[in-house]
Amino acid sequence: MRKNKRRTALYIPGHNPAMVQQGGVYGADTVLLDLEDSVALSEKDAARILVRNMIKSIDFYNTEVTVRINHINTPFGLTDLEYIVPVKPEAIRLPKIETKSDVITVIEIIEKIEKKHGIPIGNIKIHPMIETAIGVQNVFEIASAHPRIDAITIGGQDLTADMGIVKTKDNAGLDYARKAIVMAAKANRIDALDSVFADVNDDDGLRIETEYAKKIGFTGKAVINPRQIDIIHDVFNPTDEEIRVAIKIVKAFNENTAKGIGVFALDGRMIDAPVVTRAQHILNLADIDIDDL
Amino acid sequence: MKNILGRDIPEYIEGIGKLEPFQGAWTKLKKGWMDEPTVASAIKAKLPHQNKLCDSLEEAIIKTNPVNGITVSFHHHLRGGDDIVVKSISILSKLGIKNITLASSSLTSAHDELIPFIQDGTITKIFSSGIRDKLGKAISRGILDIPVIIHSHGGRARAIKTGKIKIDLAIIAAASADCEGNATGSHGKSAFGSIGYSMVDVRYAKQSIVVTDNLVDYPCIPLSIKQSFIDYVVKIDSIGDTSKIATGTTRITKSPMDLRIARLAADVIEHSGYFVNNFSFQVGAGGATLAVAKFIRDKMKKKNITGSFMLGGITSYCVDMLNENLFKALFDVQSFDAAVSNSLLNNKKHIEVPSTLYANPFNCGCLTNKLDIVVLGVLEIDVDFNINVITSSEGYITGASGGHSDTASGAQLAIAVCPSFRGRIPIIKKRVNTIVTPGESIDVLVTERGICVNPKNKELEQRLKKTGLNIRDIHELEKEVDGITGIPEKVKFTDKIIGIVEYRDGTIIDVIRQVKE
Repeated sequence: MRKNKRRTALYIPGHNPAMVQQGGVYGADTVLLDLEDSVALSEKDAARILVRNMIKSIDFYNTEVTVRINHINTPFGLTDLEYIVPVKPEAIRLPKIETKSDVITVIEIIEKIEKKHGIPIGNIKIHPMIETAIGVQNVFEIASAHPRIDAITIGGQDLTADMGIVKTKDNAGLDYARKAIVMAAKANRIDALDSVFADVNDDDGLRIETEYAKKIGFTGKAVINPRQIDIIHDVFNPTDEEIRVAIKIVKAFNENTAKGIGVFALDGRMIDAPVVTRAQHILNLADIDIDDL
Repeated sequence: MKNILGRDIPEYIEGIGKLEPFQGAWTKLKKGWMDEPTVASAIKAKLPHQNKLCDSLEEAIIKTNPVNGITVSFHHHLRGGDDIVVKSISILSKLGIKNITLASSSLTSAHDELIPFIQDGTITKIFSSGIRDKLGKAISRGILDIPVIIHSHGGRARAIKTGKIKIDLAIIAAASADCEGNATGSHGKSAFGSIGYSMVDVRYAKQSIVVTDNLVDYPCIPLSIKQSFIDYVVKIDSIGDTSKIATGTTRITKSPMDLRIARLAADVIEHSGYFVNNFSFQVGAGGATLAVAKFIRDKMKKKNITGSFMLGGITSYCVDMLNENLFKALFDVQSFDAAVSNSLLNNKKHIEVPSTLYANPFNCGCLTNKLDIVVLGVLEIDVDFNINVITSSEGYITGASGGHSDTASGAQLAIAVCPSFRGRIPIIKKRVNTIVTPGESIDVLVTERGICVNPKNKELEQRLKKTGLNIRDIHELEKEVDGITGIPEKVKFTDKIIGIVEYRDGTIIDVIRQVKE
């Protein structure tokens, strides 16, 4: 059920066995096993081996398993792929993607590894991270570069640094980039994932930032501490009233479709395909199958 | 002989007497009228305007004419900050008194200094709810010839009332007292809140001394301890360090794991059928247990539910919920947080209760019998839901029985919360080292890897399954955790029994053996 959702993606440093083995118990929709920024240079080998072995042996329950590798141009990126692709995580997150060809290059390498190990081609999804100004400018092309890409994300800290601006609480400097990324994702019918909220003790700040992310169209948000998960879920989860209305719409739609009626009125409001799609999306978020009701 | 849980219990132990095996949580109590003797209060007389004040604790103790073999009782309301137990035993030792039975409501890290007094024969027998740190380890290694008797808080009140614990001298640390011995824990520089455990002691003790570091003009109000039970009063510089009462156990945890477990436990409560208006509630302090209160508080506000009473060890979190009118009353036998003293003193809905009213099984109905929901911590739990809160995974005495079995038996819904493993040690076992609370009293176990409902409670299991919570079979979860941690080597014990665990009704639920090192 949860795998249909990407409200939260919990970052876990790949070199910390205690944290990695608990990755599936916090209720995050996605666990992001990190081989990149949270791992010191001296620990890169250890993290790569640990993450590979943990994916093989640990039950992450219903949590989607994603691995963030090092950039392919670093001394670590290629080896990361050689270790990680064979254990088939559900997705691989690629940092600092700036152009379409950046993504295609990595996907070609992944395909070679898949072939070498006899793994079905294309099951591992790709999540490019947009972390530079040039990446933002090219984001639509990146998002549409390959069918494997089913989510695109913003790396707020690196992007702020690349833009040479100071990060403010209202994230004003990143506003254009966030909206551009969301639009590129929506245009390609894929997920858009927001950056982390760094202050783990500021619950109110996290809620405000998440509410804004939801409002502008993000599907979910990265998380650096499990304590942040409930707040983000609370924001992204539909309200009881939204669920009630959605059930009514989908039920009416199913009844009308059976009668061969496309557009119909409900409580004085015209119901057409986009309204039904949105209602169905709400039911998905609430884990409700209309046939079970 | 074996008790109903299959534990080997000797029929007789030298220094303790005949033992009665545990037969089930309510088996003994079913008949209603108990056969055990009832101890009467000591009958004494004082002439008017006599002076009870003594210049020192030593003088007061000497005036009680202590003799070899006496039983001395204390409370543990000052928890890790207590300064009175060791001071009093030192005086008795200096007076050459031997073979003392120490009957403290519990013993904490403040009492490690008792070890030399056990070694030299000053103390030869101990009754306590819990023992920790070096003292727990020393007893586990066999320092006492007579096994320590671990009781629950309700069981202690029962044992005093029936004369199993015959208190010769009760020494009561009070935060404020007057010259006649009226005393309280609710105000004074060392305020520690409720003094509920001593309320029982003074009623049955042959002699009682109140020790305070805040002697106030007569009368000391409220009369938590009443002058009619007190022989002597002593003013000293300090009864202890109140900053060590809380010891971090009353703050809401920031541990993501504890918060996750607490959140799941709150979800269980919400969907249990017991989360309705006028429900009564108890949570312990620290870790995931107290954090459950945080989530329940949010859910009560969201669903517009108000409760009847909160019970037990009271924290400032409980006080906040009372002040928000989420509950009608707090019944406070023990304050887990010195900060609640002000509320106890000034809010008539915050009520100080003696341990006999709190949890004694031998009366017309203690408060735990009226409890709807309790959330309990766990050191170890087994696949039959039996819980150990007294011995560590290495077999040493390290915890406390407290009100665990009292509240679990009384509550309609008893929820145990714990991580499925700590460090590399699995918490869910095939068989726990020591049983304190029988599995029949536990309804649900909540861990981060799944929620297990006791099979006795099918209806609850069905209800929770419908909510989408991750309900699992406890045997399956135990196997999964063993797969992650590996199965630890079994702790080896000698044949020597170093402790017996009394169930609240006085029957023996388990024994603790000496760790083989």
